[in-house]
Amino acid sequence: MPKGTVVFDAERCKGCGLCIAACPKKVLAFSGQLNKSGYDVAHMAHPDDCIGCAFCAMTCPDIVIEVYREI
Amino acid sequence: MSANPKNMVKVFERPASLTDAKFTYCPGCHHGLLTRIIGNVLDELDIADRTVGIAPVGCSVFAYLWYKADSQQVPHGRACAVATGIKRARPELIVFSYQGDGDFASIGTAESIHAANRGENITVIFVNNQIYGMTGGEMAPTTLVDQKTTTTPLGRDPKVAGYPIRFSEMIATLDTPIYVTRQALFDTKHIMDTTKAIKKAFQNQVDGKGYSLVEVLSTCPTNWRMSPVQSNKHVGETVTKVFPLGDLVDRG
Amino acid sequence: MGERLLLRGNEVIAEAAIRAGCQCYFAYPITPQAELLEHMANNMPRLGRTFIQAESELAAISMVYGAAGAGVRTMTSSSSPGISLKQEGISYLAGANLPCVIVNVVRGGPGLGNIAPSQCDYFQATKGGGHGDYRLIVLGPSTVPEAGELTMLAFELADQYRIPVMILADGLLGQMMEPVELPDPIDPASLPAKEWATTGAKGRAPNIILSFEMDPEGLKQINDDLQAKYRTITKNEVRYEQTDTDDADIVIAAYGTIGRICKSVVRMARAEGIKVGLFRPITLWPFPTEPLKALSERVDTILSVEMSAGQMWEDVRLAVAERAKTPFYGETGGIVPTPRSILNEVKKHVR
Repeated sequence: MPKGTVVFDAERCKGCGLCIAACPKKVLAFSGQLNKSGYDVAHMAHPDDCIGCAFCAMTCPDIVIEVYREI
Repeated sequence: MSANPKNMVKVFERPASLTDAKFTYCPGCHHGLLTRIIGNVLDELDIADRTVGIAPVGCSVFAYLWYKADSQQVPHGRACAVATGIKRARPELIVFSYQGDGDFASIGTAESIHAANRGENITVIFVNNQIYGMTGGEMAPTTLVDQKTTTTPLGRDPKVAGYPIRFSEMIATLDTPIYVTRQALFDTKHIMDTTKAIKKAFQNQVDGKGYSLVEVLSTCPTNWRMSPVQSNKHVGETVTKVFPLGDLVDRG
Repeated sequence: MGERLLLRGNEVIAEAAIRAGCQCYFAYPITPQAELLEHMANNMPRLGRTFIQAESELAAISMVYGAAGAGVRTMTSSSSPGISLKQEGISYLAGANLPCVIVNVVRGGPGLGNIAPSQCDYFQATKGGGHGDYRLIVLGPSTVPEAGELTMLAFELADQYRIPVMILADGLLGQMMEPVELPDPIDPASLPAKEWATTGAKGRAPNIILSFEMDPEGLKQINDDLQAKYRTITKNEVRYEQTDTDDADIVIAAYGTIGRICKSVVRMARAEGIKVGLFRPITLWPFPTEPLKALSERVDTILSVEMSAGQMWEDVRLAVAERAKTPFYGETGGIVPTPRSILNEVKKHVR
């Protein structure tokens, strides 16, 4: 059971990749899906490894990511 | 946003003090990140409804769109003087001035220094990305030696354009400021440090202690011609050598 | 009415501002209006109000912008070179519909010029020294008491129309002393709240003070609104004084200090049997075009007299067009023409 999960507001993502670099568990990657602005939106490539540390959301310059953690 | 995944609690979300406006900044630009941090601090101190933000001229000219708070958009370089006018007119308001390096340390040099020297009880956020972003990548007072910009195409040559100005150190020589610090955002540790520093700077104002300045080393991927990840690396490895991090004044 | 005082022009303007409820005053030292600063320095802190000697006139007008945007009555004062530094801020104040009062105690120019009285900033004041299509209400006092009255009026008009208002005085008016009766002071707290000001968005949508609009249609709307405001002001707020113009063969058009001196010229001329009248604009913007036009239909010469190389003269010619002759007599360099020298000039244009 993953300890945490993240939710992307795809239309806000600008494909900058900072969340991908910041994730200590290498959970995130570019999804290959373009949003309406033509940016390659990040997503959870390995959702089971997410620990809900929120590093990705903390690093994101566009507040794209909401983070949930197991209680 | 999807509903709460089962037995999990939301631990990170958009600050309540921010509007829903999408940021106008380039991918990876730290302006948006810094805006989020300020939003969090406004939430934590619960001051948004008595805060007035100053939007300068530069990439952050649209700052008045980001906060659920009153704002004034002001002439290039004059933010600290406008902030002085607001704070003196209504001391009960929390006034913060958000400025880029051109705004704060070039055209606004006099206004920036004298607001600090008068000890205006305001919070100044000085975004130092060593370049003029909005106008297309010209040299700033903080541009590094040999850094290429559209107005230093062969790299900044100190013989004709001088050296990068360490403006916070200049402000730190004044006796009046309460808190002067330089922070950065190039990794999560420094993002946390910056958040603490900005909260402290706002708290100083809430407590009526006086002038606080938080310089934040930031990136400009577009005009540096680097990827956002490379830009963060550049700040960590190169920019911090010229602009050392840490508190310069803490009389709070 | 308030008590009777013997004060300098600079001090009367300062005291009038205080009595008008000016909450914040920001300025930088410059002759010939230094006494205005000193009066504010001596009195504003005592009243719990803000006095700042700013690091420059440019910083001072920017502080005015902030205080005006925060919804309080605010003023700055300076003299010619300092007013030039303020032009950027004045354009922003106009563009953001911010009320404030700006006092220019005009001195000899251009450049550093000198500290003698002059009227060489008329164009800058009335045609706009900053960028963009904007206007200021510009008031031209001719006596020390009138300087006080027009300063009080300036604050009223500024708030009523949300516009910067300029008092265009001069070094002579600023330094001269005259007995003055000033009205009782207004308590700033009694002034009506400004719903649009940045007072903290508690319980309401945020207020934004702004002159910036990327979309041309949006900026056109801002300009249309400004022009509509200026038309309203032009319709409602023109002020001028006419002396002995009913039977005049020749009328002098003059404002401020020269407007006052020319009252002596009218008396001296009539003592010699020359029927001279005086048309004295008080609002330099909005310029009293219509009354001057009416006058020019029954007078064949309107002589403009200024302490400049001829600036208000252009507005006189615009108003009068070909209906009458519009000669000019001016002195520059800070020279104040005497009644006699003006009368000699008048005589050249009388048959």
